[in-house]
Order: sequence, then structure tokens, then C-alpha cells
Amino acid sequence: MTTKLFGEPVRRREDQRLITGRGRYLDDIGSKALAAAFVRSPHAHARIVSIDVDEALDVEGLVAIYTYEDLTGPMAEPLPVLIPHPQLHAPRTGFPLANGEVNHVGEPVVMVIATDRYVAEDVCDRIVVTYEELPVVVGVDAAREAQHTVHEEIPDNVAARHHQETGDVEPVLAASPRTLSFTQYIERSACMPMEGKGVHARFDPDDGSLRVYTSTQASTSVRAAIAAKLDLSLDKVEVIAPDVGGGFGVKIVHPWPEELLVPMAAIALGHEVKWTEDRREHFIGSAHERQQRQEITVGYDDDGRITALDVHVWHDNGAYTPYGIIVPIVTATQLVGPYAIPVYRVVVESVFTNTVIVTPYRGAGRPQGCYAMERTMDRIADELGLDRSVVRERNLIQPDQFPYDHHLTFQDGRPVIYDSGDYPGLLDKLRALVGWDEAEKLRTEAAERGKLLGVGMALYVEGTGPGPYEGGHVQVLGSGKVLVSTGLTSQGQGHETAFAQIVASELGVPIEDVEVTTGDTRRFGYAVGTFASRAAVMSGNAIALAARGVREKALRIAADVLEASPEDLEIDAGLVQVKGVPGTSIPLRTVAVLSNPLRYAFDEAAKQATQFAKPGDDDKPPVAEGDAPGLEHRDYYSPIRSTFASGAHAAIVEIDPATWEIDVVKYAVVHDCGNVVNPMIVEGQVHGGVAQGVGGALYERMAYDADGQLQNASFMDFLMPYASEVPDIDIDHQQTPSPLNPLGIKGAGEAGVIPGTAALASAIEDAVGRRIASMPISPTELYDLVRSPDSEMTATAGRRAGTGVMA
Amino acid sequence: MTSIDSERTITVTVNGVPREATVPVRRLLSDALRHDLGLTGTHVGCEHGVCGACTVVVDGAPVRSCLMLAVQVDGAEVRTVEGLAREDHQGGQVLHPVQEAFRECHALQCGFCTPGFLMTIAAGLEGRDNSVELTEEEVDDMVGGNLCRCTGYANIKKAVHHAAAAMKDDA
Repeated sequence: MTTKLFGEPVRRREDQRLITGRGRYLDDIGSKALAAAFVRSPHAHARIVSIDVDEALDVEGLVAIYTYEDLTGPMAEPLPVLIPHPQLHAPRTGFPLANGEVNHVGEPVVMVIATDRYVAEDVCDRIVVTYEELPVVVGVDAAREAQHTVHEEIPDNVAARHHQETGDVEPVLAASPRTLSFTQYIERSACMPMEGKGVHARFDPDDGSLRVYTSTQASTSVRAAIAAKLDLSLDKVEVIAPDVGGGFGVKIVHPWPEELLVPMAAIALGHEVKWTEDRREHFIGSAHERQQRQEITVGYDDDGRITALDVHVWHDNGAYTPYGIIVPIVTATQLVGPYAIPVYRVVVESVFTNTVIVTPYRGAGRPQGCYAMERTMDRIADELGLDRSVVRERNLIQPDQFPYDHHLTFQDGRPVIYDSGDYPGLLDKLRALVGWDEAEKLRTEAAERGKLLGVGMALYVEGTGPGPYEGGHVQVLGSGKVLVSTGLTSQGQGHETAFAQIVASELGVPIEDVEVTTGDTRRFGYAVGTFASRAAVMSGNAIALAARGVREKALRIAADVLEASPEDLEIDAGLVQVKGVPGTSIPLRTVAVLSNPLRYAFDEAAKQATQFAKPGDDDKPPVAEGDAPGLEHRDYYSPIRSTFASGAHAAIVEIDPATWEIDVVKYAVVHDCGNVVNPMIVEGQVHGGVAQGVGGALYERMAYDADGQLQNASFMDFLMPYASEVPDIDIDHQQTPSPLNPLGIKGAGEAGVIPGTAALASAIEDAVGRRIASMPISPTELYDLVRSPDSEMTATAGRRAGTGVMA
Repeated sequence: MTSIDSERTITVTVNGVPREATVPVRRLLSDALRHDLGLTGTHVGCEHGVCGACTVVVDGAPVRSCLMLAVQVDGAEVRTVEGLAREDHQGGQVLHPVQEAFRECHALQCGFCTPGFLMTIAAGLEGRDNSVELTEEEVDDMVGGNLCRCTGYANIKKAVHHAAAAMKDDA
């Protein structure tokens, strides 16, 4: 029985139910529910001429059909723009069901409710929607050129022009000893959690209450959105995120049309209703991320020190902007990474296309920013003939420069001021871990085997744990059980375990006594959500503060009983005791009983707290002024700004010049997320992130054709990595605690994915000696690139050719 | 009623218990297990046989229950994740070595793909001579056909070794 568990690789408490088939995911709920299915647009851009349901009406088991015409009040209005921003000058959102126009394949047009999903889909098949097709805009370049428009009234297709600058970049560029400019692209991928979205709703007409289960990353805000859209009092709506089968960002978006329509139908029909997203729906009806065109100009000196950086990004936001310009802002502000950039200007133009919406996917704009910055470093090194790690080293923010102010405004509206870090330390560890200095030897050895070997690296800084706040509630029961709740949700990060570790450590109780609930508005009504690597930072600290409040109260009550001073008491293994005086103690569970003065003894333990159990002070009320009954405390953590985690990745690739297959033979990660609650969980996060990074760099892309049809909307065609595609990962750690929060922690959830594309592009370029300016890259594309007369040879390759080393 | 809506009554032994269900002939085995028999431990990730989350063991062999019709298992023996652990003498639960290994090695995060991995690996390990050292190729073979979006697979591979070692000791 251990109570000091912060920092220990405690095995996860959620696993018991998940490995025995007793998890409770969305589709496991509501076996008697009616099923919803959707008719979705087959066209990327079209006007709806008519919807004919006649053929569908005689399907046995049909319960209801809804189109836009059936929506009333706030439901007939566009979905909310969740994060408004002054520079988002032309926001657009869809309707819960299409209102006369569709703007991407997959947009919901008709909702069908039937006795089961098979029947609901039969009905969908018989509904005839007639469309008048409109010109289609696919890809960031088509949007930029604006020969056609997505939304008629926005002729340039630009939703937002996000602009930040830290000084006057042009004169500094003009005065720089050297400059270089280039344009590069990064493609679309998607979160692709193994469980798609899903919603279950049940309405009690007798008391007017609505309970909604949804596979979400933000249950409190879904609750508020449902109440607003369905004209319900907030207190009548409960929203619960059950076990969620992965999120990675897509489930932070809300309210999804289905999150409103399913409750609407449950209320109207007086019967529970469920919708479970299938895989094809998830491909065409959820969200993607990552496509950008990046135009970069950098000024630098002969030593490779950057003097000025000027970046213009064209960001594909898809058909609508429900999540505002968070991804563009994150790209713009996180691009600078661990480097001191004297003058920086960035413009991100966020443009509409007739494709699935773009909202955060693990990393949320950071992989793109890292790709821009790190490839810039590679270009500078290549031009100057310097080692790529040396150029990076010369531009790093130094450990004595913290707090470091970039003079930028982050996604939370707060300044980008790095709290702590040791970037030279990261780089040194990375070089050692990957064997950077051995690369030439490895290259020669590989060449002897007829293989092209290359090494690449990428560094990043990740703003984690943005506000505005999270809360925690800790309550000790008379049984000794400690109930913990927080409003943010879990999608596999092991919050039940990590938060229980924090409470066990703070309160001095056995972890076995701690029970954690997340994402259930019945337990905790105020929360923001799980995104931006914020759960441990935000809820972890809030829960720690709540536990400290409980501890303080427990010591106060125990001090009274033990006739000691609270300062002389400690709590260990659930026992409040006088330090150094064994035997002078009281169980915490008894303190909990005493904290609640009772009239009625509902059980044996409660007798101790009843009014005749012990003589009281006649001059004091049973509950002191300013005090409250119960051994519990609720607290909130609201940081002044984000904390900044960091890391460095390096990859060694081997390429077969016969097949151009790219084999990642080594992948090294150095990671710094401050103090670590559970190293096993953090390492797991890194593993998973790297797998997604490798997938995004080498395999995954959303293959839209010119008509806006997603050509690979299945796991057969969208190449998500299997075990065979993920390299072994070597990990080294560094810990620079955050001075901003009580636990000194920084977020870890997204780190693993951020530098993958940049590091692998660098390694592949190093191996083949041809400029890589578009990612991801497949063997076929690499083959085409190497054979193309237009492909640019790197200066490094030219130098190697001069020395006879195979490029 | 068209032919696709016609129903059949099937008898199937699930996790050692004979069960009877009347299902439409088009019902997938995955849906029948989850919705007709209430065994929701089997998960559906893609419904086109690629992700492996829905893997169950039918007559000793792992199959993707989303690619099989329920009527096809009439008379068969099906084992799902709910049948992986066994009961001990006191009515408690003894986890299968693969389940133990997954917990010990942090081989799951969200847990959605986990039942499919557990069934595939359990069938793989139970079908081999565990006194013989497990090779890396065998591990790759056992985990190589299922998708996981959380773990990056490293800890899943570790768990296979861990389970094999435990089963070797028990062998």
C-alpha cells in the first residue's frame, strides 16, 4: 500500500474493465434505442432541388424522417462558430441538416429514425435527393486562385487572414547577409480514432430531463449547446462521455449535427435514440487536418544565425469554420519552436474548400509549424554547408533566457512566453541517442549494401495546458472511499490513474480508495475540455488543489479530536496522526464522518457524528461560520498562460533505390514535459504520437479528386500504420519543471506527433539528395521526384558528389 | 417481407454457453454478438474487415466478425473477449495471460481495439507450442493484422512476449 505515487509507473486502473470486455463505449449503451442513420450529400458542392421520401415510407420499421424543413427555432439556424476571432472575418458553419446547399461530400441532408440501423439504412437508400451541381473547389491552391467559390458571397474563398509580427521584417531581411525563399506543402490526414463518433439520447417526458451520452472530448460544452439549441433549461440536460475509443481532436468539435439531432428526435418521439458513426461516415462526415501551402523567406548570416523570418501560409479549412482559426493560430505561433527569431512576421490565410472541415488533429497546427521552421533550418545548413544540428544549436533559446517572450499571441489569447526549458540539453541528448555523428559512417555502410541512408532531425516547443480553467472535486466518504471528479473527458489517456495518483500523493490515502470520474456533467458542471495536451496540467493541478483543501480541513478537524495543532499532524495511508507519536491517530474516514454533524445515524459509523454522541461547545454552531459540512473541497486551476513542453526527434531512413521503399531504421525521441505524473503513461503517449507522425509523413493522406470525392474513405485505402509500419522508438527524457503550476507539469499528449513530418522529410532529403518540399511522400512519389528533371538537387548532395560519396 | 428481411433461428455456443438467437439473415456476426446476445466487448471499428477490432474466435480460429453473417455460426463455437478470463474456485476472475500482459505492459490506451488484439493473440499463443521460444516474426504475425491508433504497437508487441513467457511457465 503506497500513497506517494506521483511519478511512479502505476498500472492503469481503467484496464481491468477494458481488457475484459466490460468497457462501456457509446454503442454499448441503449440496447433498446431506435437507430438513426443519415442521407449524406454525394456531391461536394450542390444545390438541393428536392427531397422525395415517398418510396421510403412503406419500409417496415421506419419511425421518422427529418429534413431541414422539420427544424425549428435555434435548430434552424447555422451551427455555432465555437471560437470567434476578430481576424475570422468570414466565418461560415453548416446547418444541422443541409439548408438548400451542400458544401462537401458527407454533409448530412436527411435524418432517418427506424427500429434498427439496418432498417434505417434501407430507408436512406430509398430517399431520393435531387441536386443541381455547382463548381467544386478542392485543395488549397484552387481555393487561393478562387476561380470558383465555396460560398458565393465570399469571392476570394478567404475566411480569415491571421497576421502577427514582432517587428518590421522587410528592412531586416533587406539588410541580412543572406536570404532564401521557398514554398512547400503538407497534406491532409485525420485523427481516425478506432471508435467513431456516436450519440445516445433519452428523454423523460414526466420530469422533462434529457440524458445524452456522446463520444466527445467536451461534455460540458455539448450540454450547453444542446440546452441552447433545443431550448431546454441547462439543469434539465445531462451529458456524459462514456468510455471513448480515442479522440485525437476530432471529438473536441461540437456540437456535431448528430449531437443535436439525436436528442431532438428522442424528445419528439418519446423514445431513446442512438446514432453510431460508421467508418465511411467518419471519413466524410467528421473532420480532417493539416493541409497547408507554406511560403517562407528567411534572412540569416554566414554562421547560420537567423536574422528575420517571413512566413505566408495558405491553410485549407474545408467547407466551414466551426472551430474558428485555432489551427492557423497554432501554426503561426508554434512555428518559431525553440529558436530565438529576432524579427518574425506570419500571415495565415484560411481558405474554404468543398471538403470535410479542418479542425484540430493531435498537434493541431504544430506539425505544420514545425515542418516550416525545421525545413528552414535544413535549407540554411544546406546553403552554408554546415551540419544541420549546428545551425539549430546556434539559434536556440538558451536556458538562462527564460521566461522567454516571443511577443506573439497564442491560441488562448495569452502571450507566448516560454516558462522553462533546456533546448541545448535536448539537442545534445538527441545527437547522442540517434548517433548523429556516426551518420556518415552509416551512410557509407548502407551505400555498400546498395541502400540510400539519410538522417534528419526536428525540434519543437509545444504550448500545452491552455486555459481558461479546469476544476476538481475531492470528497472523502465515511467509508474511507475518496471520490474525485473533474469535468474534462478521457479518451484513453489514463486520467483515472494519473488523477488518482495525484490525489493519493496529496492526501496520503491508498490509491485503491480513490475513484475518479471524468466528463460527466452530473458530477462536475464546469469544464473546458480535453485538447492541447491540457488534461494533466489543468485538471491535474485543479485536483491537486482540491485535495490540498480536503487535507487542510481534515487536519483541522483531526487536530480538534486529537487535541493537537494541525501543523503537528500528517496523513499517511489514510490515517491522520501526530508526527512522531505512533498510536495518536484517527482514520481519515472517521474525520469524514465527524465533518458532517448529524441528527440521524443512518449507519454504524454515522453514530459518531450525531448530536448526542459527544458534548459540543454550547457557544458554537455545529457547523462553524464559513465552514460547510462534509470532508470535501472543490477548486479550480486557471493559469495566466500556457506552459511550454519541448522535444527533439531524429530519424534514420534507409531507402531501396530499386523500389524506393522508405524504411525508418531508427527513431529517437528526447522529450521534456516537466514533472511527470506517470512515466509509463507518458511513454505510451510518445509511442502513439510517433506512430501518427510516421503515418502522416509516409502513408496517410486524404485523396480527394477534382470533384471533391474522397477516393480513399476506408481503412483499405487510407493507409493507417499497422505494427509493421511503426519503427522501434528510442526515448530519452529531460525534466524542466514548469514554474507556472503547483505540480510543475507540462502536457504530453501531442508531443510525439509534432516533429515526425519534419524529421522524416529531412532524413529522406538527406538520403536521396533531392529537395523534399511536399509531404507526405510515398515510394512512388519519391521515385517520380528523383527521376524528374525538375527536382532540385541539394547543395549537400552536390558536395558529396564532388567527394565521391554516393548521394 | 423480402428475402433479405427473413429471419433464422440459430444455435451457437458462445464462451461455453449454448445460446439461441433469431436474427435476420443479413445480420453481421458482430452485430448479433453485440446487439442480439448483449456481448458488447466485441467492437466494430471499420465494418470492412481491415481493422480487426471485431475479431472473435470461431471454432478455434480468429475471424473478423464484421465479415461473417450471424447465420454462418449456426452450430459453431464462438469465443469472445468476455470468455477470455476464467472463473476461479471462489467465483472470482482469473485473467488470461494475454489480458494480464496487456495491463502489465500498458498495451492499451483507449481500449477500443483491444478485444480484437486479445482474441487474435490469445488464439495465436494457444495454438502454438509454448515451450518453444517465441520469435519476433511470430509476434509480428500476431499483431500485424490489427489496427491501433493509440499505442504505436510497441507495448502490444511487448505484451505478446510477456504473455508467451507466462504461458511457457504454465506449459
